[in-house]
Amino acid sequence: MKPITAIIFKDIVIEMRSKESVSSMLMFGVLVLAIFNFAFEPSSVDRSLIAPGILWVAFSFAAILGLNRALAMEMDNECLQGLLLAPLDRGDLYLGKVASNFTFIMIAELIVLPIFVIFNNLKFNFQFLEIAGIACLGTIAIAAIGSILSTISANTRMKEVMLPVLQIPLTVPVIIASVEATSMVLSGETKGISSWLYLLAGFSIVYLIVSYLVFEFVVEE
Amino acid sequence: MPDTFALEAEDIRKTFGHFTALNGITLSVKRGEFLALFGRNGAGKTTFLKIAATLVRYTYGKLRIEGIDIREEPEKVRRRIGFLSHNTYLYRDLSPIENLRFFCRLYGMPDSEEKILSLLDRVGLRRRASDPVRGFSRGLHQRLGIARVMLHDPSIILLDEPYTGLDANAVEILNQILDQASAAGRTIILTTHDLEQGLRSATRAAIIDRGKIVFDGAAKDQAVRDAYAAYIRVGVGR
Repeated sequence: MKPITAIIFKDIVIEMRSKESVSSMLMFGVLVLAIFNFAFEPSSVDRSLIAPGILWVAFSFAAILGLNRALAMEMDNECLQGLLLAPLDRGDLYLGKVASNFTFIMIAELIVLPIFVIFNNLKFNFQFLEIAGIACLGTIAIAAIGSILSTISANTRMKEVMLPVLQIPLTVPVIIASVEATSMVLSGETKGISSWLYLLAGFSIVYLIVSYLVFEFVVEE
Repeated sequence: MPDTFALEAEDIRKTFGHFTALNGITLSVKRGEFLALFGRNGAGKTTFLKIAATLVRYTYGKLRIEGIDIREEPEKVRRRIGFLSHNTYLYRDLSPIENLRFFCRLYGMPDSEEKILSLLDRVGLRRRASDPVRGFSRGLHQRLGIARVMLHDPSIILLDEPYTGLDANAVEILNQILDQASAAGRTIILTTHDLEQGLRSATRAAIIDRGKIVFDGAAKDQAVRDAYAAYIRVGVGR
């Protein structure tokens, strides 16, 4: 566990100094919420129908920005190679990067979420915590697959473009499950929500295990 | 006795798509030897060092570090190796002391504050221990890179063009550290274009061309200089 915590701690210190990852995710997330808030009048459509989609568009695209930043930090001065020289299983390095990516994405989401609540005239009650829980599960899957895809895209010519091209199709099931679960929470009809949560948990586990196993082959030339 | 060798490479080949970077390198380096590896750009020096450092996977052959197969137990191999490349692998937003602390944790070396400070002393960076690396010149970067390499007391030190961009003072510091490491019985493999720098402390020299070792001999022999001069002449005419 020590190397994993070392990677997280190092990433947090760098983020506190550069303020590049969380601030860009935050800015993007708030902008998406604000634009959609003006695009849809509160009276025109039932907010509970579109609000979950807006929230997850903001979360998933903001996460891509954060993952790109995390990648750029490791590619600067070829720092990733320095990590690879450590006497550790490559999978442990992957877990460290997933944990720090998850931390930063969650921080941005937890700041964006209250703004979403305000824009949609929702209340800061138990619903808010339930959505935060769904966001947590969805973010594990996004960080798990995003961390390995950002490493793959690092070795391509158009790395900033390649990450969303690879990431968005692979996270579609996660986004659909998250949107459905969030929608159920907002409408108050939570019967059947467990199947969406199981799906989210399942994708998170599958992405984590598969990426853990193949990370070694992704990082070695 | 195979374990008397620090590095044993048997017919190492590496291809990147259609490009052959290494075309069958066979090389044995004894423990404590200081090998200078010469060759022009694209000859395969860096690829070979990166393979030995477990950063690049070879296509064919066998490579053992102190008797350990690098494919079977890469973590054990990495613990014994210190690798310095053109890039120093240091985080620009961290200070030297924070960078070295981080690498100590990665190598599972807790309570290494004294060691970090003494290394910073050796490379002349003690006074700048808390400054962000972002503001460092190439020479200072490389000095800190040397400290990173020496941090976990590696028994084999791999240096890829370590003199590039260093001023006279930094070259002197690097030479002192290499001399001390060599005297302490560490194995050093260094690649360079600079014949004089390469031969300064080396006990053995090899020339690599188009992915193959084309010369291998004692560093003090005149044959090295003759072979290198011929190699450069042929290269120019080619």
